[in-house]
Amino acid sequence: MKRSEQNVKRVFRPFSNAWGGVTSHKLRSMLTILGIVIGVSAVIALMSIGKGAEADILARIQTLGADLMMINPGSGMGAGGIRGAQGSMTTLTMEDATAIANKVELVSSVTPIYSKSLQLIAGSQNMNSQVTGTTPDYMQTYNLNTLSGTFFSDYDLQRGTRVAVLGYNVWQTLYGGSDPLGQDLRLGTIIVRVIGVLESKGSVSGSPDDKVFIPLTAMQQAVAQQRTARGEQVISSISLKVKDLEQSDKIITDITGLLRTRHQLAATAENDFTITSMEEVASTVSETMQTTTMLLGAIAAISLLVGGIGVMNIMLVSVLERTREIGIRKALGALDRDIWIQFLIESAFLTLAGGLIGVVLGWGTAILLNTFGTMHTLVSMDIVILAVSVSVGIGLFFGFYPAWQASRLNPIEALRHD
Amino acid sequence: MIRLQDIVKTYPMGNRELTVLRGVSFTIEQGELVAIMGPSGSGKSTILNLLGCLDVPTSGSYHIDGQEVSQLSSNELAHIRAHKIGFVFQQFNLLPRLSALSNVILGLEYADSDDRKLAMDSLTTVGLADRAHHRPTELSGGEQQRVAIARALAKNPPLILADEPTGNLDSRSGEEIISILTSLHEEQKITLVMITHDARIAQHCQRIIYIKDGQVEKDEKV
Repeated sequence: MKRSEQNVKRVFRPFSNAWGGVTSHKLRSMLTILGIVIGVSAVIALMSIGKGAEADILARIQTLGADLMMINPGSGMGAGGIRGAQGSMTTLTMEDATAIANKVELVSSVTPIYSKSLQLIAGSQNMNSQVTGTTPDYMQTYNLNTLSGTFFSDYDLQRGTRVAVLGYNVWQTLYGGSDPLGQDLRLGTIIVRVIGVLESKGSVSGSPDDKVFIPLTAMQQAVAQQRTARGEQVISSISLKVKDLEQSDKIITDITGLLRTRHQLAATAENDFTITSMEEVASTVSETMQTTTMLLGAIAAISLLVGGIGVMNIMLVSVLERTREIGIRKALGALDRDIWIQFLIESAFLTLAGGLIGVVLGWGTAILLNTFGTMHTLVSMDIVILAVSVSVGIGLFFGFYPAWQASRLNPIEALRHD
Repeated sequence: MIRLQDIVKTYPMGNRELTVLRGVSFTIEQGELVAIMGPSGSGKSTILNLLGCLDVPTSGSYHIDGQEVSQLSSNELAHIRAHKIGFVFQQFNLLPRLSALSNVILGLEYADSDDRKLAMDSLTTVGLADRAHHRPTELSGGEQQRVAIARALAKNPPLILADEPTGNLDSRSGEEIISILTSLHEEQKITLVMITHDARIAQHCQRIIYIKDGQVEKDEKV
């Protein structure tokens, strides 16, 4: 026989020996890898739930636009050093918004917002909602679309026309899905006419779905607008779009500088406002979700570890049970290394099979949850590859000691073993 | 072919030492058919283990096929077993989950010559070609021992060691096995060393070495 052919056989021989070892005890092999199957499928299913949730939240944030930036009033230090809640201070003004629009580069759609929770009454229905006085730019800033009717115009803003655009949930609550256009709606002390309904944006906190939008000028008639000591008109917040995401940091610095000057803050004083960029929020959420996903994965990985210990247990039993076989192989001239490799491959082969079955089950579970459950799941390829490699690694790690023990058996004693 | 000189083998027994072989010397020439006889506990199994390179002597020297093996490592001994020694055991020692043919191939594997045809030829020699794909459990004792002989024979080793090859067989199968072994010896001129306590079987050999109390008691031609 040719030398090269012999070498090829030498490489593959342990694999066929291991295959024989595994298949000669089918039920036991199946039970042995059950731990690995459960571990791997749990890792893949749980990680897919985590990844799916992360993707969902990020997608909702993305609908607002990563280029969205929000400026809110800061929390003031009250008498006695007790810090108030964020936004408790009334530091932002209409004039601040105008100044940002005029003086800060690379920003667009600077939108002042003045909102207040008011009672809404439409016919026999009533509810409390966040009524938002703003400018037509709001549509663009928050990537909104109307479901029916229109948003109010610059003309409405200048005239202080008493018109309102309803968020999706508000429309559902007050009108139960029937056509609200042209209907009268009572907002606190004023009556407005409904001219539009917005498309749903999903339930992100502060979602426009739960709000009612009216022109800022109409808002000033509905509620008495506060003024600062310098006579500027107080507003609740300012939203704006960043033209270049790369320049976010510079824009934040510019706005901070501008507002500090306008608010006449001393060099040592804290900012009396906070600037939040959606890009930052998205990355924070993403990081948090990744931690959660890793945690889920870690819990599932524990079952992999337990599965590995099970494999080691069975391999030890298997070595003991096949002592005579090992003796025969050694008498026939097997090197210690041959025996060692045979059992190591057998163990790795078991866990590889377990890993592959686990991938199929875990992936199947993820697809089922996605199709029939309420959860959105996302199986990522890197987790699948990782899970399979880890299960082979477990086979090698937990098979190491039993295989070593097998290879060290004395052939004479092994042959005498019944 | 084989030369044992002043072989001593002791085993630790608690804190004492048990001496099993006390200076055994003999020579076996190429092509001889030798029986080793002796009562149980005489040390004949230990001699077989040493001859089969499954163990090394405590002192003394052992040459097989011109090579001194008494000082070799376990892997070097395995190499000699793989290429130079064929075993036939009392218990047959076939792997139960492999077919007769696969068992013969297994014997060739570790000698790096696992050739299906070679294995099949060997089974034909012992008259089991038609049973090649049966498992040991489907074969009679005599047939199993024939498979074991085919396995020992297939790699064409210079030495075949048989340890009580008929010990687990009824007398008819036993005689069959002996006639196969003796005819193999005659036709292929292989060196065959057989351990037995059955005087009738020993009579088929050319030479009988009697072992008693760890020493050669008698070494005679038949």
